[in-house]
Amino acid sequence: MTTVTTMTARAQPSVPTAPRGGERSPLLSLRGVSRRFRTRRQETLALDAVSLDVQAHEFVCIVGPSGCGKSTLLGVAAGIDTAFDGEALFEGQPIRGMARERAVVFQEPALFPWLNVRANVEFGLKLRGLSSAARRAASDAQLALVGLERFDRAYVHELSGGMKQRVQLARALAAEPHVLLMDEPFAALDAQTRDELQLELQSVWERIGTTVLFVTHNVREAAILGDRVVVMSPSPGRIKSVLPVDLPRPRLPDDYRVADLAAQIRAELASDGEREPRYAI
Amino acid sequence: MPSKALRVGAFYLVVIGLWALVARAEVWSPFLFPAPQGVWRALVRNVESGLLLEALQFSMLRLVVGYGISIAIGLALGFVIASWRYADETLGGVVLGLQSLPSITWLPMAVLWFGLSERAIIFVVLMGSTFSVAISARAGIRALPPLLVRAAGTLGATRWQLYRYVVLPGMIPAMVQGMKQGWSFAWRSLMAGELLFVSLGLGHLLNVGRDLNDINMVFAIMLVIVAVGVAVDRLIFGRAEAWVRERWGYAAG
Ligand SMILES: Nc1ncnc2c1ncn2[C@@H]1O[C@H](COP(=O)(O)OP(=O)(O)OP(=O)(O)O)[C@@H](O)[C@H]1O
Ligand SMILES: [Mg+2]
Repeated sequence: MTTVTTMTARAQPSVPTAPRGGERSPLLSLRGVSRRFRTRRQETLALDAVSLDVQAHEFVCIVGPSGCGKSTLLGVAAGIDTAFDGEALFEGQPIRGMARERAVVFQEPALFPWLNVRANVEFGLKLRGLSSAARRAASDAQLALVGLERFDRAYVHELSGGMKQRVQLARALAAEPHVLLMDEPFAALDAQTRDELQLELQSVWERIGTTVLFVTHNVREAAILGDRVVVMSPSPGRIKSVLPVDLPRPRLPDDYRVADLAAQIRAELASDGEREPRYAI
Repeated sequence: MPSKALRVGAFYLVVIGLWALVARAEVWSPFLFPAPQGVWRALVRNVESGLLLEALQFSMLRLVVGYGISIAIGLALGFVIASWRYADETLGGVVLGLQSLPSITWLPMAVLWFGLSERAIIFVVLMGSTFSVAISARAGIRALPPLLVRAAGTLGATRWQLYRYVVLPGMIPAMVQGMKQGWSFAWRSLMAGELLFVSLGLGHLLNVGRDLNDINMVFAIMLVIVAVGVAVDRLIFGRAEAWVRERWGYAAG
């Protein structure tokens, strides 16, 4: 897939972003979520009373230094980690475990090696008992979306890192989740592939209007992708501030406004938190 | 460089040629050291009389039954040990211990239990491979990346679906290795059992050759035993391993 096709495909955003701070009840709501890890040697407060609301159709990025609890937060939202204190609601219901409504794109390529690319993409649909014709139609669409239609019969070990992440994205999207939880999905990729996939993700998001919670520690990535950028600080893991982003899309990596915003996020990350934290959610 | 078939074929031709020369020189008595022609004639004779085919059928039937049951038991045992910690601490140790026991040592007990019957010999075959199948089933389940289990969970897998669509296929590389090892133990146990046991089969045919003082026949039957072992290894396990390599890549060995 080339950048050019991506850009034309993105022409018209079909779904507007959610009104911020609107009256609607949020799709995903974390209220005072704390997560403590106890090991024999030490105790870590990975999340300290974190509160965050994500509205439907919103693209929220979480940035923060390594070990500040980003993955922990995503695990709570996904229902992978249920040993937390506080309240985690999804569509108004408490999160009790993993569910296909909350698809995850993991940092490591979590693909099934015994299945080819197409079968990986269709995995969630197979679990739901969809007919093979319906599965095929869905996987055709998703593979085209991520530009892998020619690799549908390849096995996982035959793919590059970037291709594996695209397959993960296609698999997650095929499951028709209500929210897409992404944990540094592009962190292991080279800069060029990363730029390409960021553009692709923007275009996919604008077309299907899904909700995304996206973890990264790349501030530029957050500036390109987010409607809001949540900045976290470590030990204990807290939300330091939330920056709204009002730049028009598509946002290109070399846009000066993106660069400005990235600098602002970086400054926010570096600030020592002396001043009152803005829990503007 | 000529093709592999040619190179390998040439090697065996040379070996057979040397063998014929040594036999011709009569360094040892022909009653102790047979010539290739004699072995070949003994083979043809046993094929024509139908004895060899019958023995092969008996042996294979025992093997298929014993090995088949051992896979079912081994798999179940492996699942229990892998998913229940207390079973691992207790049964796991027993399985490891029994695996180191040469399975032919089960024969006296099997004869006391089942008498001189098919069941006794199948029991020995079963004991030969069950434990290595169980050990690799456990290893295969334990080696499954938790990440894949989580991925399936977030795609909506129920507990049953997790076993059916993730654990079972995920343990295939380890199971292929375990079943290959189990097969070779089962095959050895069967031959040992048949040798010690008066009943039809390849091992029994070896005994017949000894009783007839027919070194040609003994050699011929041994060659058949080797051929069966190699054929199963190549045709069944060789293909299974190639399939695993195609899917998993070389990472899975
Ligand atoms: N299973 C665990 N057992 C013990 N401590 C843990 C566990 N998981 C996470 N932690 C601790 O919780 C803190 C937050 O971890 P987390 O993985 O959420 O960080 P992160 O922000 O995702 O970091 P990175 O950017 O490096 O991925 C860390 O201090 C980590 O040591
Ligand atoms: Mg992380």
